[in-house]
Amino acid sequence: MAKQITLKMTVNGTDCVVTVHPFARLLDVLREELRLTGTKEGCGEGECGACTILMNGRVVNSCLVPVVQAQGAVVVTVEGLAQGERLSSVQDAFLTYNGAQCGFCTPGMLISATDLLNRCPNPTEGEIREGLAGNLCRCTGYAKIVDAVRAVAADGGAAK
Amino acid sequence: MRGYLADCDIQAPASLAEALAVLAREPGVWTPMAGGTDLMVVYNAGRLQATRFLDLSRLADLRGIREDTTSLSFGALTTYTDLRDCRAVHQHFPNLVKSARVTGALAIQNRGTLGGNIANASPAADTPPSLLAYGAELELISPRGLRRVAYDRFHQGYKRLDLAADELVARIIVPKPTGRGFHYFRKVGTRQAQAIAKVCLAAYARIQEGVVAELRIGLGSVAPAPVRARNAEALIIGKPLAALPVEAAREALLDEISPIDDIRATAHYRKVVTGNLLGQMLRELANG
Repeated sequence: MAKQITLKMTVNGTDCVVTVHPFARLLDVLREELRLTGTKEGCGEGECGACTILMNGRVVNSCLVPVVQAQGAVVVTVEGLAQGERLSSVQDAFLTYNGAQCGFCTPGMLISATDLLNRCPNPTEGEIREGLAGNLCRCTGYAKIVDAVRAVAADGGAAK
Repeated sequence: MRGYLADCDIQAPASLAEALAVLAREPGVWTPMAGGTDLMVVYNAGRLQATRFLDLSRLADLRGIREDTTSLSFGALTTYTDLRDCRAVHQHFPNLVKSARVTGALAIQNRGTLGGNIANASPAADTPPSLLAYGAELELISPRGLRRVAYDRFHQGYKRLDLAADELVARIIVPKPTGRGFHYFRKVGTRQAQAIAKVCLAAYARIQEGVVAELRIGLGSVAPAPVRARNAEALIIGKPLAALPVEAAREALLDEISPIDDIRATAHYRKVVTGNLLGQMLRELANG
């Protein structure tokens, strides 16, 4: 059994310190230690994107990150997108355009869409689809999700 | 059923020297891990035999893309995103950009590394065909020093590498093409993203006065490891673009690959498609 480590991360703007196994998955630390259960586990093999979070400003599959690699990282999960009761523009658009059906892929979709719009404020349809290509929706509600992202871009971007 | 966490250990050495010392002290015990995008998948599926890992992800010595007049040198920790974002890679190695774009999707590209793609040694990996086509070399490091190997001699069978237990892939050096170059890359998978290749073919050719002066073809998913199509190359090199022996090259190519039936495609499908990709590549080459 490996020695536990003291893990420090900034998660959704808050400094966190937890004692964890260094090989624990970042996904499990977020969900079970920090109780941030918005991030989901779908396939557990980096294929479905339900566990997508931002780590140091880039999308990653949190099911594939041993937490020792997140030491000192700045992490944003779906819980970090809204400001209090105020939804982000991407979340708002998903509501307006019915971008969620069963909702299981939605946290990952929201993170990837936010990342895309931050990098590329006026994406083409192709860029939207590439930005979301690592997030699978088994309700197959892609058209509405793409509509929502397009609407945010047309309305001034994710940061609004 | 996932791997059993309590059985596992991972250590994060502070320096490359420390990492190499760990490997040398207990050869074969510690499995190097970079982005984890292959190892963690197998761990999550409960099929990973290794339980002790050496985290390389913080080793600055293994990072960075360096350019000199004749080559680009990629630290083993160069990610697919780094490849996509680097102007010099677009300029000199368009096939590598294409390889990076079709590996997983963005979340994988942000974490997965070139060195990991090589050392994990999947026959279906997406960057090796391009590295073979460009005549890449590897710089291997151990406490005994540095060693350079031609990448096309690195893979010696299914997941068998010319890599000692105390060695790490440190850098990947790719010579810049000179003169009039032709670049071709095509991966055949079930969808644009998140697909594992059924067949992948990358080629680089240099054309001089209407003749193919240089050609390398790299193939994925058609043999126990990424392979060059040397016999097909030999038939094309020295021939004028107007009279490429396409059929002979196709036959030679099919003789030098050994595809298998698996969940992604049948051996028959792979043979047909590999031949078709070669044909398409040579037509594009001939049409300049």
